[in-house]
Amino acid sequence: MSLDTTRKANWFSRLAHPGAFMNWSGPMVWPLAGITAVLFVVGVWFALYASPPDYQMGDTVRIMYVHVPNAWLAQFTYAVMAVAALGTLVWRHPLADVSAKAAAPLGAVFTALALFTGALWGRPTWGTFWEWDGRMTSTLILLLLYLGIIALWRAFDDQLRAGRVIAVFTLVGAVNIPIVKFSVDWWHTLHQPASVFVAGGPRMPGSILTPLLIMTLAFTFLFLTLHIVSMRTEILNRRADSLERQHAARSPGA
Amino acid sequence: MAALIAILLRDIRLATRRGGEMLTLVLFFVMIGVIVPFAIGPDRETLARLAPGIVWIAAFLSMLLGLDRIFRADDEDGSLLAFRHAAIPLEMIVLAKLVAHFALTALPLIVATPVLAILLGMEMGPFLATLVSLLIGTPALVAFGTIGAAVTVSLRRGGLIAPVLILPLCIPVLIFGVGTITVGGPAPLFLAALALVSVAAAPFCAALALRLADD
Repeated sequence: MSLDTTRKANWFSRLAHPGAFMNWSGPMVWPLAGITAVLFVVGVWFALYASPPDYQMGDTVRIMYVHVPNAWLAQFTYAVMAVAALGTLVWRHPLADVSAKAAAPLGAVFTALALFTGALWGRPTWGTFWEWDGRMTSTLILLLLYLGIIALWRAFDDQLRAGRVIAVFTLVGAVNIPIVKFSVDWWHTLHQPASVFVAGGPRMPGSILTPLLIMTLAFTFLFLTLHIVSMRTEILNRRADSLERQHAARSPGA
Repeated sequence: MAALIAILLRDIRLATRRGGEMLTLVLFFVMIGVIVPFAIGPDRETLARLAPGIVWIAAFLSMLLGLDRIFRADDEDGSLLAFRHAAIPLEMIVLAKLVAHFALTALPLIVATPVLAILLGMEMGPFLATLVSLLIGTPALVAFGTIGAAVTVSLRRGGLIAPVLILPLCIPVLIFGVGTITVGGPAPLFLAALALVSVAAAPFCAALALRLADD
């Protein structure tokens, strides 16, 4: 933790200090939550009232405004974790493993939500909750990866050591995700089922694009807010842990 | 190089002296093939159609079962600590252990594959393709398994976590492995590429994880 004390404090190492992070992130939580709430209100208003139903899918197209942001965050969160893993391994940045640990459950939830809303959307449009479609299958695998990483975090007692080891695994996973995606696509085109994959052309009218972008922004801000809050929680947890340990070490029975 | 071979031989000798483990693994592999007909019925055509998938699933599960063994014993008796401070790089040692693990787990399975092929009613063509696909593909499984074992070696209750971590990463191996048997085409090349890249990269990743776990 005290690696940076001798070096000249640039903005990067100032940011690295957990205490400094607690100072600047604390006042940010409520404004971020406010921006998120406003974005959600505007986005939901656009998504539910101010946008037309799709000529083919009708009102079910509105599921997209929840589904696509979740699917985007499912991947974005892994990117955040991979960058944090680099931070842990290359710079031994003390906040990086906190960030990675806080991001994993969020990523799992967003991925699960993407799959869930996808299933709800798939039922009326494709006639089935689940299809072994390439994109759905790789999202499912991503969810399994997230759950594995969460299980790994929980298995370690020493969270600092866990951070470094999990960083290695996170990067191995990051390299593998494109390979998984490619292999699943190859597998899918091989077993192309007779599905009704006609809906959703590539071109979108602006009336649909506006709520989609606002909702994506809203969900991204939701992620940022939750990420900062859970990073703060993690830091406080670690402090409480070390205080408890100090206390236990000083107690007469030890 | 001599050290590499010494570690390789040491691992093989340790495993054969302890005995039994290799046999158990093969037994498990064959048993999966035995229980599948009870689950899906003894219809020969269905079995022959599913056989490549069954063989690969069986190999998959058996490989995952033996995963914990790669570094566990070395961690317990302190050899791992000695390896970390050895004169040759840890990456080399991990590579030697990877090769030893391949020889101890994957090769016996491949040797036992004919038994499964007969039980599942495979034709000669698919059987040979299965052998080839297992020979190309299992090194990739061992490589991913080595990374998983290295990541979880410092966990006392890490037994089930390594397979859960490694399974999603191994899905491409399964896809191209079965694809080699049922489709051919570019699948064997993809499988070979996957095996080569993962075997080349695994020692570095695993060694890094081993070093970091012990700081």
